[in-house]
Parts: sequence; C-alpha cells; structure tokens
Amino acid sequence: MTTFTGACTALAISLLLIILLYIAWQGIGSLNLHFLLESPRPVGEGGGIGNAIVGSLVLLMLSSAFGMPIGIAVGIYLSEFGKGRLASLVRFVVDTLTGIPSIVTGVFVYAIIVVPFKHFSALAGGIALAMIMIPIVARTTEEMIKLVPQNLREGALALGAPQWRVTLGIVLPAAASGIATGVMLAVARVSGETAPLLFTAFGSRFFNYYLDQPIASLTVEIYNYAISPYDEWHAQAWAATLVLMSLILAINIVVRFFTRRKF
Amino acid sequence: MENSANMGRHDKLKFVGWWWHTLSPTGNAGDAIFRGLMSCAAFLVLLIVGGMIVALGVKSLPAIQQFGFNFLISREWNPVKTQFGALPFVYGTVVSSAIALLIAVPLSLGIAVFLVEQAPRFLARPITFLVELLAAIPSVVYGLWGIFVLAPFLRVHVEPPLGRWFGWLPLFQGSITGIGLFTGGIIMAIMVTPIITAVVRDVLAAVPNSQREAALALGATRWETTRVVLVNGVPGIAGAVMLGLGRALGETMAVTMVIGNRPQISASLFEPSYTIASVIANEFTEATQDIYLSALVELGLILFLVTFVVNGFARLLVWNVTRRSGTSS
Repeated sequence: MTTFTGACTALAISLLLIILLYIAWQGIGSLNLHFLLESPRPVGEGGGIGNAIVGSLVLLMLSSAFGMPIGIAVGIYLSEFGKGRLASLVRFVVDTLTGIPSIVTGVFVYAIIVVPFKHFSALAGGIALAMIMIPIVARTTEEMIKLVPQNLREGALALGAPQWRVTLGIVLPAAASGIATGVMLAVARVSGETAPLLFTAFGSRFFNYYLDQPIASLTVEIYNYAISPYDEWHAQAWAATLVLMSLILAINIVVRFFTRRKF
Repeated sequence: MENSANMGRHDKLKFVGWWWHTLSPTGNAGDAIFRGLMSCAAFLVLLIVGGMIVALGVKSLPAIQQFGFNFLISREWNPVKTQFGALPFVYGTVVSSAIALLIAVPLSLGIAVFLVEQAPRFLARPITFLVELLAAIPSVVYGLWGIFVLAPFLRVHVEPPLGRWFGWLPLFQGSITGIGLFTGGIIMAIMVTPIITAVVRDVLAAVPNSQREAALALGATRWETTRVVLVNGVPGIAGAVMLGLGRALGETMAVTMVIGNRPQISASLFEPSYTIASVIANEFTEATQDIYLSALVELGLILFLVTFVVNGFARLLVWNVTRRSGTSS
C-alpha cells in the first residue's frame, strides 16, 4: 500500500516539477528587457507585455484597495462579534463565496458595473477580483485573530480600554503578520485569475492609466496568445507565463518562509 | 394630540436606545461605531451573494420566459437561429467533472494517506507545500500547458492505446485529436487534486489517535489501521470530494483551452465538447442580441446555483468532522 500512496505523491510532485520546469525552459528564450517594457505589436514585429504587467499591477492594487479592508473587517466581525445566527449565516456565505466559479463573478460584475457604465473598465476588473479576495482575507483574518490569546484582550479591557481600542490596538497588531500572509496569498491567487477579467477589464493592446477604460492583464494576454495560431505569440505566452509564475511562486515561498519562522 | 406626539418621540427614542444597546452593550460610542462598521462589511458580503442571485435572475429572465424548461433539455445551440439549448454544455460539464473526480479522488486519497499516516515529519512538510503549490498555478497556465504539452502527449501516447484496448466501448471510439473531453477531464483532475488532498489531510489528521492505537492493539496491520482511519473519515472525505466537484464544475480557462469548444453530445471521450463555464467565457463578449446574452447569463445562474448547493453541502460535511475534533479546517 505504501507503494500506491508513494506513487500518488511522486506523481503529483513530478507533475508540478514538469510544469514549472517546462515553463522556465520555454519562457526564458523570449524574455528580455524589451519584452518586459514594450506594448504588443502585430505578429512578426516582436513587441512585449509591458502594458500587461502595468495593467496587472493596477488591477491588483485596485482589488487590494477594495478587498483588503472589507475582508479584514468581515474577519474581525466573525471573530469578535461572530456569535448568533446572523454570524453563522455570514460565515457560511463567506465560505460558499470562496467556491463560486470566478466566471460567474465576472458575469455578475458585468451586469452591475459594465452594463450601467456602458464600457469595460479597469475598475470593473478590480471589483471582480476584490470579490474573490474578500472571502480568502476574511477567513484568514478570523483564524489569525482567534489565535491571539484571550488574556491579552482581558488585560487591555481591565485597564479600561473600550472594545474597539482593544481590537484595533491590541488584537490586530498581534495578528498582523498572520493577516499579512493571508492577504499575500489572496493577492497571489487573484493575480492568476483570468475568467473574471474577460468581460470586465477586457484587455487592451496599449498602456492605459485610466480606471474607466479597458486595461490589459498578464493572464488575459496569455490566454489570447495561447489560442492564437502564431508561433511567435505562443513563445510570448510562455514568456509572460514565466513572469506571472515567478511572481506567484515568490509570494508563496515568502509566505512559507515567514509562517515557518513564526510557528 | 400633544400627548400622542410625545409618545411617538418617546418610542423612537426607545428604539434608538435599544439599537444603541445592541451595537454597544458597554455604552461606549466608539464601540457602537466600530461594531456598526464591521457589521456593515459583513452585511456587504451577504449583499454581494444576494445581489448575485437577483442580478443573474433578472438578466436571465427573458431567456427563462422564452425557453422555459426546454432550455435544459434541448440540445440545439444555434445563436444565428436564436435556438438555445443547454444540454450539450450540461453534458460536457458533468462528464468532464466526472473524469476529473475519477482520477483525482484516488490520487488525493493516496497522497493524503501518505502524508498523514506514513511519511516522516521532515518529509511530510515540504511535500505538503509542494502539493499545495499545484493549487497556486493559475488556470490559464494549466491551459497553456494543456494545449502544448498534455494534449499532444495524450494524442500520441495515451489515447491510441486506450482506443486499441477499450475500443469496444463507445467511450473510447472516434477520431483521436488530443483535444476533447478526455484531455479536459485530466487537466481538471490535476487542478482539483491539491484541493481534495488538503481537505482529506485535515480530515484524516482529525481522526483521534485512540482509533489507530485501538486498531494496532487488536493486532491490525498498518494497512488495516489505515482502513479504520479512512472509514472514520468518510463524511469528511465525502465533503472533500464535493469541494473538488464544486471546483471542477466551475473551472473555466484551462478547460476552455483544451476541450475543443463544440456544442455536441457524443458518447466518445475523445470528441470535442463544451462546458457551461467555457461557453460563457467564449461567447459572452460576442453575444449581440439580448436574448443570446440572456441565455448565457442563465447558464451562469445555473452554474452559480449548482456550485452554491454543492459547496454548501460540502462545507457542512467538512465542518461537522473538523469541528467535532476541534482542529481548524
């Protein structure tokens, strides 16, 4: 039986290594400074993913701006006031929100933001990503705040601090590093999302700094290049993937490093 | 008159007082504001999910009115003739998810048993991290890898032997292209394996050690002990499988890139197919008529409701197990 379980584990890990190494091998060839800085050009003329990198960063900042405070607030609500039927409903909804297909989130944001404003926008993309971030951040915040020892709270309350100062001044700082890792993992997760961006941020072949205009992203660019019939664009898709995977792996490894030191 | 006006004001004050007291039992204004703000955020989450149901429902209303229940049982999807039947997509979604689970469930059980029951600690921790990294790879990257590595590999090395040995089954007949249900199912299997593994690992770790000790004390072998542990964890494992199912049903990019995107129902797994999520991703921005868009939103609504139920059920199963033993999930 150990043979079977060992084989399963070996299969999973070798798949991971094959995928990562293949990305590195295919991607490294087209990777250079021009590729990272320029915007796309027609087939045969090179071009790069500079606008997509900027676009992805803009989308990540937007989604963090919405998703982080709301997610942390929901986490505080669940851990500090989370008793009773309403709270368990919130907890249940947050958990199921994690499992809602991201493409459905895209359709929803299209209906409530893109349709009224009449065009695709970076803002809509950011909000769609934020909706994916919120449940992840909320659940980690809740778990991390629960790890803060009760007597820390009691000590602060005994000194006469009101509840809100205890939470904001004592509990949150104590849980901060845990919450930070949760936020980083949420950012890593969201940076790989494609489906919710297809009809919210839509994509663009130019540098764009206006939030009410369509904006490019690494993932949508990879998708469009991958399904195109051109070898040159396939090579660029691999190089863009290498950039994206480097970001995601870096976040995961840093988080791993920090949590390991802490526990 | 004056008296009743006073009463009204008094009642209003009483209500404000009650509300204030619920927000802040300590009577501190900062507490009330803080609690109010946090509750607003929590309420916003409820609003998002409620809003999703309402917005998707309203947008899909024209399609629901026009096609009714036929939408689900018609196999004709022809936007040009405004014929919209979802059956091919439902079929593609269900069959590709089934393939994914058939492969991913035994694989995940094997990995989880290895990590919890067999591997030494110094090995279990890095392996856990590596398996979790599989879940960190974005869907679109799996899709890219699927198009250029997995599909050609299956076309050359896996599908021909399957056709040769099991060709008497309709499942493995038909032309071999490497793009189709089979490839879609396999790429999904790779993607849901880390998710199922993570939950099964928690579930197995939550099985009390006394169970293992009791089995060993009765003279059970290691395999028999593991079986006791697995039987103990059945509800949680069922929950894990359902979580994986929820993820597989809604999986979009990777599947869209390798499944072939043809709305047909074919007995062969090698034939191209289409899933609900893929058709939304592909055709949403092309839908020019209102009724076309409405039909696509209705597909989204169906996907939303199905995954909501599957996930809710899964969470209940997993919660029951991990909460009972007091470990965090």
